[in-house]
Amino acid sequence: MTRRALVMGGAMSAIVAVLGARLRYMQVDEADQYRLLAEENRVSIRLIPPHRGQIFDRGGRLIAGNEQNYRVTITREGAGDVPDVLHRLQRVIPLADTDLTRVAEEARKRAAFVPIVVADRITWDDMSRVAVNAPSLPGVVPEVGLSRIYPMDTDFAHVIGYVGPVSERDLAAQEVPDPLLQIPQFQIGKIGVETWMETPLRGQAGTRRIEVNAVGRVMRELDRIEGVAGSDLHLTIDAGIQNFAQARLGEESASVVAMDVQTGAILACASAPSFDPNLFVRGISYADYSVLTENDHRPLANKSVQGAYPPGSTFKMVTALAALEAGVIDAETRVYCPGYYEFGGRRFHCHSRYGHGHANLDLALGKSCDVYFYDISQRVGIDKIAEMGRRLGLGTRHDLPMSAIVEGVMPDRQWKRDSYDQDWRIGDTINASIGQGYVLTSPLQLAVMTARLASGRAVVPHLVKSVGGQDVAVPEAPPLDIPAPLLRMVQRGMHTVSNVQGMTGYNSRIVDPSMIMAGKSGTSQVRNITAAERARGVISNDQLPWNRRDHALFVGYAPFDAPRVAVACVVEHGGGGSAVAAPIVRDVLLRALTGKMPALAAYPQNQRARIETALSELRLRDMDALARATSTPDRA
Amino acid sequence: MSFLEYRIQTVPTGFRKVLYLNWPLIILLTTVCAVGWLMLYSVAGGRIDTWAEPQMKRFAVGLTVMLVVAFIPIWFWRNMSGVAYLVSVGLLVAVDVMGHVGMGAQRWLNFGFITLQPSELMKIALVMMLAAYYDWLPVNKVSRPLWVLLPVGMILLPVALVMVQPDLGTAILLLGGGAVVMFCAGVHWLYFAAVAGLGGGIVTAVLASRGTTWQLLRDYQYRRIDTFLDPSSDPLGAGYHITQAKIALGSGGWTGRGFMQGTQSRLNFLPEKHTDFIFTVVAEEFGFIGACSLLVLYALIIVFCITSAIQMRDRFAALVTLGIAASFFFLFAVNMLMVMGLAPVVGVPLPMVSYGGSAMMVLLTAFGIVQSAHVHRARDR
Repeated sequence: MTRRALVMGGAMSAIVAVLGARLRYMQVDEADQYRLLAEENRVSIRLIPPHRGQIFDRGGRLIAGNEQNYRVTITREGAGDVPDVLHRLQRVIPLADTDLTRVAEEARKRAAFVPIVVADRITWDDMSRVAVNAPSLPGVVPEVGLSRIYPMDTDFAHVIGYVGPVSERDLAAQEVPDPLLQIPQFQIGKIGVETWMETPLRGQAGTRRIEVNAVGRVMRELDRIEGVAGSDLHLTIDAGIQNFAQARLGEESASVVAMDVQTGAILACASAPSFDPNLFVRGISYADYSVLTENDHRPLANKSVQGAYPPGSTFKMVTALAALEAGVIDAETRVYCPGYYEFGGRRFHCHSRYGHGHANLDLALGKSCDVYFYDISQRVGIDKIAEMGRRLGLGTRHDLPMSAIVEGVMPDRQWKRDSYDQDWRIGDTINASIGQGYVLTSPLQLAVMTARLASGRAVVPHLVKSVGGQDVAVPEAPPLDIPAPLLRMVQRGMHTVSNVQGMTGYNSRIVDPSMIMAGKSGTSQVRNITAAERARGVISNDQLPWNRRDHALFVGYAPFDAPRVAVACVVEHGGGGSAVAAPIVRDVLLRALTGKMPALAAYPQNQRARIETALSELRLRDMDALARATSTPDRA
Repeated sequence: MSFLEYRIQTVPTGFRKVLYLNWPLIILLTTVCAVGWLMLYSVAGGRIDTWAEPQMKRFAVGLTVMLVVAFIPIWFWRNMSGVAYLVSVGLLVAVDVMGHVGMGAQRWLNFGFITLQPSELMKIALVMMLAAYYDWLPVNKVSRPLWVLLPVGMILLPVALVMVQPDLGTAILLLGGGAVVMFCAGVHWLYFAAVAGLGGGIVTAVLASRGTTWQLLRDYQYRRIDTFLDPSSDPLGAGYHITQAKIALGSGGWTGRGFMQGTQSRLNFLPEKHTDFIFTVVAEEFGFIGACSLLVLYALIIVFCITSAIQMRDRFAALVTLGIAASFFFLFAVNMLMVMGLAPVVGVPLPMVSYGGSAMMVLLTAFGIVQSAHVHRARDR
């Protein structure tokens, strides 16, 4: 038996030796590999979302900021009896019973340490009440987060856009995916400046290395690297002008673009009706969204850059300038207007049924004589007109950090062949000469055209003044290469429009000699007027349904002697440009030039009383108060 | 080994029995248990009341029981063997019929005041029964087929009852313990060779039966085999145990991460870290030096048992000592092989260190019998 016992002992010794060898192999030879695995187990890297850059107007007034918001979470681990604690919490802050059941249900399903959001975006008062009652609310944690806020809500909705949660499409669009986008509740720009300037606004994520246990619970923080906050943006827009323009458009479906004539800085870019981007940040309700999408005035469209309209008579400067440059007319060339123009057996009508008689350039622009332009367009031809239009900024996309900027249409022979596979016809030139037919322009393009006409320089619009304190370089605009005397003739015509009695813009003139306005009205047809209708008498706009009425347009700049600001306005289905759009342009110009509410002295004596009432009825923001409120809370 | 050889010619009585106790064995057992308390304190995150304190209390009770058992003459235990065996078989049947279901298997009998695991009792009862059998059987009949089949039946009955629960780990331990007693009793080695061959056949059959109508093991047991062979095949399921255990063990290095510094165990990556996988905590926190030291402590316990047995003239005493030593050996060896990834995870605790009530009580009682054999090693009848 002793022998057998020793054999057994020997076998056991062999197994012990195997165990020892295995231990040595794992713990000494392979230790580094296992240590690495252990570290991977233990350490998890979490991102710290950076503070999103804020957006200011040119004067430093806050347009898009970050708001501290407060929320209350509960953990099952801390609360113990979740429903009981929730009932106590309900006595402290308002909570719906459905919230209670939802939270209790969710708390039961999730791991005990996972915080469940009980109430989001609660007020500071409610937050304080929770904090004071903390001892009787175990497991309830008040938290602070940052979210986007647009203090000027509707005024900048179309320019700035808004931020929203990251969607699948956003993720797919990323070439090199930013891990930040994976963070739940992280928000990125959805449209407008928020989207196009996303990269500088977003900043870079910080990281913190944390120790997590097997179920992912954070045990402690090992170290953290702070991220880089997003850059603040300053826009060229003046919030005061923007607010005034937005208010001035009122309930119309309309847009206004105001530009610095010399630099191309966009001073205002309004589109009405507007919407409150804060609704989108919070997650817009279906009901609210339906109201926006079902409105026939299309509040979600940024008409100032997305709208493409026939420019109507505001296009006549292009035709005139092309003809002048081609040398086929001079300022005194006269064209007889009997009220229509016959060509190739067709009759093209002037808007004045009885004609304008012998019209020269001044009168043709001033009274907007169509026949004059029908005639001169035949002499110069469409290609030169189109070429001039493009030099003045039409048919070209002006790149601003905004969504869906249209290119418009500046047609010529080639274009028609490419688009329709048809030859250009003389009638097309006749239509195009007065900004009808195929010509389509956006209000932004019209503003650029006006600024170029006023300055003689190829000014390019821009919207961003500085990024992170660094001014965006704006190269000086090159000259348009149009002889100054010719430009002067057209400018004089535009001056006539607004300042000579009997001309289309006379009723909307500025009488202040230091801010004399030059401009051009336009009324673009949405429908075709048939010969039969014309025979019966053209139905007036008032009797047409809204969406078949003419668009009202006006472009203008001031002061005439030393142009500073150019404004273009389109009122969809507004009727006559001189009656509807011109006063808007005038008011916005005055607001931009004076830097405050327009002085009544700038208006004709007999209009002051009416205008004073109208201006006082505008609901404008208190810009001084907004300027004071530009500081936003620090990072939570 | 002359320093271990001291002979007592007379049967000790009264206080003298205290002197004749196998003191090195008691010290070794206490040391191993102390390591257990330390580790239980550590894995509880520095709380003594979670596991360490109850374990200490049980040890105190168990040590008392061990001493009481030690002072009772060994012949009494030999005479109790049959009773112990039959009672254990009865309890195993009872647990199979009406046992408390826990951890996916019927293993516990709930008596209200104590939950008992009869398979633990069976481990010593079987060794005692076989030792008593060979004590009774004339040496010249040991290798006769009929007299070999009888003890084989004695082993297979409880093994079958345990397999039903199902508790593969305990079944293996019972087989191992029983086989060792038969081996030490002098059963011809050819029988063992035959069984080994049969065992190989059974393993083949088991593997081959998978997915058939006569499948021999439960699905989860097959999955355990799979994950043993390739832990990465199921990294978050059953393989998770093995993978995490290996990470914890391997990351210890030479000297370990330090007491209570084991990140794997502290951060809960290790499942069942206070029971079956406690050795990985030892290895992680005390490194190769600590783990080896514990292994040496266990080996010394076996060494002292074997040297004690060799000196015994009483056949029952020697066989029961060797059998208990072997059972103990299988416990820690299987556990360590398991956590080191050398054997499938079968759910065997690390003796004296893992948290657990009945296992430790039964082991200390068993060592009480070893002590009784040692104290009464001169023939006393």
